[in-house]
Amino acid sequence: MARAFIPKVVTANALIEGDVVYLTADDIWSRNHAEAELIEDEAHAQLRLLKADRQRDRVVGAYLADARMGDHGPEPIHFREAFRTRGPSNYAHGKQEAGNV
Amino acid sequence: MYNYTDFDTAYVASRNAQFRRQVERRISGALTEDEFRPLRLMNGLYLQLHAYMLRVAIPYGTLKSDQMRQLAMIADRWDKGYGHFTTRQNIQYNWPKLSDVPDILDALGEVQMHAIQTSGNTIRNVTADHFAGAAADEIGDPRPTAELVRQWSTDHPEFQFLPRKFKIGVSGAAHDRAVTKSHDIGLRIVRGGNGQTGYEVLVGGGLGRTPMVGQVIRPFLKKEDLLPYLEAIVSTYNTMGRRDNKYKARIKITVFENGMEKFRDAVDARFEEVKRDWTGVNPEVLAHIEQSFLPPAFRNAPVDGYETARKADPVFRAWTDTNLTEHRQPGYAIVTVSLKAHGATPGDATSAQMRLLADLADKYGHGELRISHEQNVVLPHVHKSDLWALHASLKTEALATANFGLVSDIIACPGMDYCALATARSIPVAQEIATHVQAIGLEEDIGALKIKISGCINACGHHHVGHIGILGLDRAGVENYQITLGGDHTENMVIGERAGPGFAYDEIVPAIERLLRAYLDVREDASETFIDAYRRLGPAPFKAALYPDEAARDAA
Repeated sequence: MARAFIPKVVTANALIEGDVVYLTADDIWSRNHAEAELIEDEAHAQLRLLKADRQRDRVVGAYLADARMGDHGPEPIHFREAFRTRGPSNYAHGKQEAGNV
Repeated sequence: MYNYTDFDTAYVASRNAQFRRQVERRISGALTEDEFRPLRLMNGLYLQLHAYMLRVAIPYGTLKSDQMRQLAMIADRWDKGYGHFTTRQNIQYNWPKLSDVPDILDALGEVQMHAIQTSGNTIRNVTADHFAGAAADEIGDPRPTAELVRQWSTDHPEFQFLPRKFKIGVSGAAHDRAVTKSHDIGLRIVRGGNGQTGYEVLVGGGLGRTPMVGQVIRPFLKKEDLLPYLEAIVSTYNTMGRRDNKYKARIKITVFENGMEKFRDAVDARFEEVKRDWTGVNPEVLAHIEQSFLPPAFRNAPVDGYETARKADPVFRAWTDTNLTEHRQPGYAIVTVSLKAHGATPGDATSAQMRLLADLADKYGHGELRISHEQNVVLPHVHKSDLWALHASLKTEALATANFGLVSDIIACPGMDYCALATARSIPVAQEIATHVQAIGLEEDIGALKIKISGCINACGHHHVGHIGILGLDRAGVENYQITLGGDHTENMVIGERAGPGFAYDEIVPAIERLLRAYLDVREDASETFIDAYRRLGPAPFKAALYPDEAARDAA
């Protein structure tokens, strides 16, 4: 039996600032993981990633990251992705600074 | 210190103008990221976890005060008010916007700095002993050599697409402070039988996935043969080096797989060819370089005030005991300014700290600053009568920490707080070890110790050559830290041995504390350092401290 598909979000970095962004269901790049579209279907995930890849004037380095539904929307599974939702741990910089977690 | 010629200035300006247009085309969408990536990397611009990162070269770790001031200005104007000094004597800005980078590069150009070849499969920023021109044990100043190599390697048409990145380090002293044995090529200035200085040339060193100690390829190379010989080594590597597997592409693997004998023969054959066509270095260029590194005008002045201050002020005395190194000029000292205040991020300096350091370099240090691979700032020439005033000023910006060479003087790479390659965090581990060892009051008692932390196998934090090395990994989605013991970064380089299974994030600081206490228990007396005790006793008592459950089982 094929392994169950782990739900995904499409994430990238904003072209100019490099800030972490997530693709929403209505095709907006949000800076907030909880607003991302949680993709439960593998084929749909590939289509969404293709769409992200075509937006070369807005984002860079799009990829699919594992996620799961939480109380306030999709949340990351791996610690690397959790750090990307916040920013570094040594200073309150990045998303912590903007109050945009 | 070296000043750009008109040629240097024009070259950097034209590269910056070129990159400005490339950035414009990327922002307009005319260039894809795949097309743009190699162009930005050639100019030191990375994309990291949360933002872009610009890596600026500090050639052979040498800075003038006006350059340091400009680095502070850039940090304030285009970044978040600080910079991170790295183990390769670069400075990294963690938050530049893509659209601002061309302006940042122009601002660097104003003070004769750039970010060229701080990335990519090219010859990278040439590093050198941070005590160059000052150390008492120096045979020859490594900076003119490093500058010559920088000029030769910058935009070298044959070496822009090497199999992999290529690092050259230069040392000019009996004690190797430039970690030459971990470089693709290490150059050590040595004295030959006839009294002339030349180079011992090492090749094939490197840390990372497959750590290897550099081996001597030529015990004595005449000075005038340096560039043709380097050309021969890199050219041989360019031909023989593997391009099929990124992890086997460094010269250390080329040397290892072919054997030193075969590699040396190939280099020697190529050397004969290169030498035949070699027209030599333009003597005017060479003279300009050599004239640039003459010692400053040292002064003869009494140092009585220094001894009096040491007797009167215990804080000052503690700092002078740890943070000074012997200078070759009587009455002078080399000052290491620690960027490792307990709990601070190793290697980070705020713009205010950078400005103060620049001002103090002008006031007390002939306008010179150095960045060490251990992520500290060095004022290489300070008269001892100025030390008390210098120390008082350093205190105003939390730069007077008396911990050079001690437990809390930790090398740490940016790790997963910034780096896209990292597999775990490094910075908070370093911060917690430093604050914890201060809290339990053991730092002074423990004395000399090198802890080095990397957040992935690429080993930017030199963990393999730490007396205690810490490597952060991702084990099944959880941060995990492996400890290596007994590494040595000096001329007697040793790759540390893995102690055993790794530790979870919340177990690593207690594990380090157990190690430190074990050392205090087993040392013969306070004069036996951690590494000496390890060499005398081997790993057993340290492993027993790290893994007490296993030790108890074995004893039962």
